[in-house]
Amino acid sequence: MNAKKFTTGLPLVLLLAALVFIVRELLGVTEILNYYWQLILDQSLIITTAAIGLSIIYGFAGQFSLGHAAFFGLGAYTAGLISKLLGHGNYAVFLLSLLAGAAVAGAVAFLIGLPILRLRSDYLGIATMGFGIIVKVLMDNSNKWIPATGGATGMTGVPQIAKFPVIFVVFLLAVLLFRNLRLSSFGRAWMAVREDEIAADAMGVDTTRTKTLAFVIGCALAGVAGALYAHRYPIVHPSSFDFLKSFDFLIIVVLGGLGSMSGTIATGISWVFLLEILRAVLGQNFLDFRGVIYALTLILVIILRPKGLLSGMEWQALIPREVPESGPSGSPSASPSAKGETPNVSA
Amino acid sequence: MIEAINQILNGLQLGLVYALIALGYTMVYGIIRLINFAHGDVFMVGAFVAFLSTVDWHLPFWVAVPLSMLVCAVLGVTIERLAYRPLRYAARIAALISAIGVSLLIEYGGSLKFVFGPNYRVVPQPFSIVQWNFAGISVSNIQLIVLVTVVILLAGLQYLVTRTRIGKAMRAVSFDHDAARLMGINVDAIISYTFALGSALAAAGGVLYSTAYPQINPFMGIMPGLKAFTAAVLGGIGNIPGAMLGALIMGQVDVLSAAYISSQLRDAIAFTILILVLLVKPSGLLGKSGPEKV
Repeated sequence: MNAKKFTTGLPLVLLLAALVFIVRELLGVTEILNYYWQLILDQSLIITTAAIGLSIIYGFAGQFSLGHAAFFGLGAYTAGLISKLLGHGNYAVFLLSLLAGAAVAGAVAFLIGLPILRLRSDYLGIATMGFGIIVKVLMDNSNKWIPATGGATGMTGVPQIAKFPVIFVVFLLAVLLFRNLRLSSFGRAWMAVREDEIAADAMGVDTTRTKTLAFVIGCALAGVAGALYAHRYPIVHPSSFDFLKSFDFLIIVVLGGLGSMSGTIATGISWVFLLEILRAVLGQNFLDFRGVIYALTLILVIILRPKGLLSGMEWQALIPREVPESGPSGSPSASPSAKGETPNVSA
Repeated sequence: MIEAINQILNGLQLGLVYALIALGYTMVYGIIRLINFAHGDVFMVGAFVAFLSTVDWHLPFWVAVPLSMLVCAVLGVTIERLAYRPLRYAARIAALISAIGVSLLIEYGGSLKFVFGPNYRVVPQPFSIVQWNFAGISVSNIQLIVLVTVVILLAGLQYLVTRTRIGKAMRAVSFDHDAARLMGINVDAIISYTFALGSALAAAGGVLYSTAYPQINPFMGIMPGLKAFTAAVLGGIGNIPGAMLGALIMGQVDVLSAAYISSQLRDAIAFTILILVLLVKPSGLLGKSGPEKV
């Protein structure tokens, strides 16, 4: 048997990415997109990269995590410290620090994940939330061991060298990584574990390995996003990584629809923008109402669309499909349709 | 030694307040399997209603406490009716997101200038503090009041849940919604009733907490709520005696780790204990263990 052929949709994804990149650069050069909104765009990509991580952990492998911001923070502190103490603006050190941020977040996820991923649903959520609070407390007190972190006052002095191109490339790599993993045996194992762990186990899926792998990859993505964050915003503060921020990632993934990567990406980017647009629209006098409006919107949206804004639909270019051997072109009927992928996750 | 006994008494006081909040979490979880993240904010509203009714409206303290319990009971039922009931048959994560939304709504709504305002308020003592000394062990009347109030409320709750028809219905609903409905139990009414009861207890907790630690603000409910919730999980969520046990342990952990280890690290210590307990007993100290149906 020959290796199976796939219509990958990859050219389409790359074409779109190139288009977005060019448009963004043009808008930047002509200053239609001013400094402030460039910052927001970068923020939306960073947040979405981390949210893709949680989407893998919860949306695809079904492991309820309420501590995602902790791994985002671990990446930010690791990379920030490396760049601040060793790099001093050196771009190679910056790129290494991105890897280090991902590696540290992934390694910690591995160590904490091995024991606690045995817990199920809500208990796992609570344990990961507890872990997130522990990490936040340690960040608050970190200046006792490493003075450069600044402890509860936050860390400043990280060179601000992460610009749009590198943030965009990391985001794109995260999307492509996810897209390829989903097709692999790992991706199928994740979804099997999500739907029914006992049945997956009975079918020979190594559930511990599957869950741990999803958790490590997802947290490493949060780590690399955190590393970018540290190089884009002038202060890295423990309160940016507390458990309420973990809720933000959860909200993005759930509103996007569990098991829908396009949903996570679309919701992540628009979530950041909507919050900022709300700030701009309300103006100084009514800024107090921002939280109230946000909370009401959240409740309304989840009541009206409990399965997520896109109801679990997927942009087809993100699902590589097998090409039937007879036909020259991919027939949609042979593909796993987006509807059939709608997951049945219970928290 | 005497110092340690005094600290344990302080821990008992905090643990008793946590118990009042933890019961609401555990009852709601027991009956609809929802982590009600808004519960800590109901606790905050309870503290504020008592504060406003004594300071601004000059009501006596013994009127203010039942009033705040009543307001919060209505608030709890309203939250359930508007934000959770439409999602009863959706995936459980949807109701959880709704609960996070309600929590943010109460916090930010409470911070508005015409509601509670964003600032810290100092709660005046409703009565003068009396300290008694027994061979160095000091006991204040606030500690006694907390102890007596909590014991009365818990005894009442225990009676209600185990000895009355409505308690029996609550246990039936928590066991199986559909079977309970087939037996003629009005499931929606029982769920509303559970929210009313849990919220009233949280309000009492809020009043006692703000009497013992007299500073309140709209975000004060987050940490005690989280600790009480942790206590409920520690004892086995869905289990009422478990919530009390967990709360008493959590109170001691909080106070003793602040006194003898490090006050900055006390939250980390509390949650480390939680994770360790969950690893050994995945469903909490008194929780039923068994395979979970997914």
